[in-house]
Amino acid sequence: MALILDIAIQGAQMAVVLALAPLLTGIVRKVKARLLRRRGPSIVQPYRDLLRLLKKEAIVADTASWLFRVAPYMVFACTWVAAALVPSFASGLIFSWSADLIAIVALIGTARFMLALAGLDVGTSFGGIGSSREVLFASLAEPAMIMIVFTLSLLAGSTQLSSVIGYMLAGEVGLRVSLGLALVALILVSIAENARIPVDNPATHLELTMVHEAMVLEYSGRHLAMIELAASLKLLLYLSLIAAIFAPWGMASAGSGPADYAIGAAAYLAKLTVGGLLLAVFETSIAKMRVFRVPEFLGAALMLGLLGTVLLFVSRSL
Amino acid sequence: MILSAILAMVAALLATGIVGLVAARSRAATPIVYGACLLVTAAALALALDHLLRAGTGALTATLPLGIPWLGAHFRLDGLSAFFLVVVNLGAAMASLFALGYGRHETAPERVLPFFPLFLAGMNLVVLADDAFVFLLSWEFMSLSSWALVLAHHREEGNTRAALVYIVMASFGTLALLLAFGLLAGPEGSYGFDAMRAHAPTPAVAAVTLGLVLLGAGSKAGIVPLHAWLPLAHPAAPSHVSALMSGVMTKVAVYAFIRVVFDLLGPPVWWWSVVVLVLAGITCVMGVLYALMQHDLKRLLAYHTVENIGIIFVGLGLALAFRANGIAWAAALAMTAALFHVFNHSLFKSLLFFGSGAVLTATGERDMEHLGGLIHRMPRTAFAFLIGSAAISALPPLNGFVSEWLTFQSVLVSPTLPQWGLKFLVPAVGALLALSAALAAACFVKAFGVTFLGRPRSAQAASAHEVDGASVAAMLALAMLCLLAGIFPGVVIDALAAPVTAVLGSQMAVQLYMPWLTLVPLGEGRSSYNGLMVFLFIAVSALGAAAVIHRLASHALRRAPAWDCGFPEPSPATQYTAGSFAQPFRRVFGTKLFAASERVTMPAPGDLGPARIEISVRDLIWDWMYAPIASAVLRIADLLNPLQFQTVRRYLSLVFGALVVLLLVLALWP
Repeated sequence: MALILDIAIQGAQMAVVLALAPLLTGIVRKVKARLLRRRGPSIVQPYRDLLRLLKKEAIVADTASWLFRVAPYMVFACTWVAAALVPSFASGLIFSWSADLIAIVALIGTARFMLALAGLDVGTSFGGIGSSREVLFASLAEPAMIMIVFTLSLLAGSTQLSSVIGYMLAGEVGLRVSLGLALVALILVSIAENARIPVDNPATHLELTMVHEAMVLEYSGRHLAMIELAASLKLLLYLSLIAAIFAPWGMASAGSGPADYAIGAAAYLAKLTVGGLLLAVFETSIAKMRVFRVPEFLGAALMLGLLGTVLLFVSRSL
Repeated sequence: MILSAILAMVAALLATGIVGLVAARSRAATPIVYGACLLVTAAALALALDHLLRAGTGALTATLPLGIPWLGAHFRLDGLSAFFLVVVNLGAAMASLFALGYGRHETAPERVLPFFPLFLAGMNLVVLADDAFVFLLSWEFMSLSSWALVLAHHREEGNTRAALVYIVMASFGTLALLLAFGLLAGPEGSYGFDAMRAHAPTPAVAAVTLGLVLLGAGSKAGIVPLHAWLPLAHPAAPSHVSALMSGVMTKVAVYAFIRVVFDLLGPPVWWWSVVVLVLAGITCVMGVLYALMQHDLKRLLAYHTVENIGIIFVGLGLALAFRANGIAWAAALAMTAALFHVFNHSLFKSLLFFGSGAVLTATGERDMEHLGGLIHRMPRTAFAFLIGSAAISALPPLNGFVSEWLTFQSVLVSPTLPQWGLKFLVPAVGALLALSAALAAACFVKAFGVTFLGRPRSAQAASAHEVDGASVAAMLALAMLCLLAGIFPGVVIDALAAPVTAVLGSQMAVQLYMPWLTLVPLGEGRSSYNGLMVFLFIAVSALGAAAVIHRLASHALRRAPAWDCGFPEPSPATQYTAGSFAQPFRRVFGTKLFAASERVTMPAPGDLGPARIEISVRDLIWDWMYAPIASAVLRIADLLNPLQFQTVRRYLSLVFGALVVLLLVLALWP
């Protein structure tokens, strides 16, 4: 019975992230529009877009191979699994042990690998430019992310996200320099990974400035819907990750009662909304940078992560 | 019993070599030689696997009346050699299977068939050797037979130079190992491994020996800066031999390192690990950056081997550090990670070299700038190559991820190390490891994407055909093993208990009885990974999403010309090339490390000639280290050259003078 309940809660987690992801994108877009003194589309517009795309016929280039058609589903599946493994309203879910933080980072890597290949599949110049730049950014963002994971797991003594959250909730953390560095680095990585301003512009229509959008330029219909959904899920994943690690308050844990879950869900919604607001404000207040400035941006994240880790290595013996 | 059976297999390989020599010119020779190699190595694989899984750590020894008279040749089979025998023979069996098809296209079979079985025999013997004499003899045998294979296509441009560099480096490596064993043998000259094991050398001797082993085994494995021969020689050989050299022979070098440093050298000192870790970290990043700059598919793969050797040596360096500090459980974890990566790399690097061989057969091209679109013409090869690329990029749920994950886990337990040097070094090495893993993914997006995806960039690529069944079977079998080792890593880790125990005396917790086949290296709540679960989750979500969408939403599909923002250009030259894909990396990482530069020549206004871009990427290690040594050798040779043209009188006086000097030295020696 308990097992069934646990599986049900895990299922609920998977459903929640999938259902909320477009909403988060909608909120960010709405707030950005309001900050620019536009009215902006409704916050449920991403759902409408997805539904419309799903119903449309998919147009596939003559030169595309099977990989082009498989990649969107793989990207979606990997991102969804990764997002579902990040605790949202409750930690310590039944399948949370099946992948730790390093594996979650690597799962996003799998999704990106497929997408970058899909960008090269049709054999156009824009697809190639997108893939090439995407993997360049990733080659710096991923080690930065691993360094952040190192910092967290050295503090908590575990790479398991549930254990990290348990450690942060226990209140013995205090103020730690390493954690501050990790937070800044994590925010920088999240911005780059989600193709947000100043690294990339999700709303751009100028081809040469696009990275992520250039890569998926050839996609249409249901394939595009999968990729859009995966992008929303990824944004949700990073916000949930920041919220779960640095603001774990209100989160239910394994074996809590229904009331705890309700509190957890409400807290999660609130955190997401705040995260989305902050992201929109940040994006509106900054200009996009040149492509070759991005490695410096991400190099800073990598160095911050490394600094955080080294501080912990050193402070262990003090 | 098992040991003598394996030795019989080695003898059978040597006999196959003779068959290859005698019958090389007949048409039947290719299937006979490769078929025999396949059967023999498969049998040896079964025997080694049996010993590894069943008998575990027990060591078998045998002495054959060969070699130096009255002393004989000593062989020993323990957990470590059993594991490396599995790696060697699995790779060898797969290469033989691949060559059953690939070898038919061989233009000079008489230059390949005699040496291929000898090469396999040499690698088996190195792993089995139990005295310095047999070890060095087999080591040299392995080097020379592979050198002959590198020279198989000696008329192709660059191959003779590759072979020259290889033989120089191989001789240098053997010399270093010879000196290392000389130091280990001590004044008594006990050349058996058991005698060396019994007498630990003094710290100073041990340190020098470590340096020599790093030079000897490291030059064979391809540690930066001793890697220079590897990207020249590995691609020059026929592809199944490239696979063996890159996937397996480098592992034999790793074996030599483990055998000497962990087994024969006695208790380690902590700063040894500093040396190993620094070299390993540099090797990781430099290897993958070199690989990213290449547009020759086989050379890219060879450079990438350098990176993987770095990852293996990170694990070995950590194991050394933990062992020096007496932290047995962590040493076992790091050693398991290193050996797991040895196994993984032998799988996917062989697979990828087979893929490049298949591409070479189908198109006659190794240059990625002339390939493209092969996924349409060679679907099975492309699929296998895709699995291999994803596995080598350390992506879950495949096997490469598991070994990197284990290496990361052993980095994470290293704050327990007391030395300050290591406290600063280990996180930095961890960062280098993470950087190289991410760059590897970029490198293989490029390798697979430019070779197999897009539109064909040449007529040969456009008219390629799928290769024969045997080659495809070998590639798919390896791809399957990559997947299986990724989703059932516990099985591999448990099999690694025997070699890890053999060198360290401790092992990781048994994984097979963990619930749901989860990997729990250290303890619940500390870290866990379940490849099977991740695989199932991904498969179910992807298939589920596809099924739901196709059923409920839309499954209409229309083929149309590529969109490309409304300006599709029919010429395949407008695609991104390998060079353009690597351009941002060249710019970010290459300007310092490779002195990379671009020069654009624009035609004058009105001139209809094409604009040109010239890219230069230099190997600075070659420029600064090898080129000066080579020119110094040449200069000394020039100086000594007059000695070749003397009269008999002068020669006689030279001999007399040398004799007098030698006698004086002996007389004055204390």
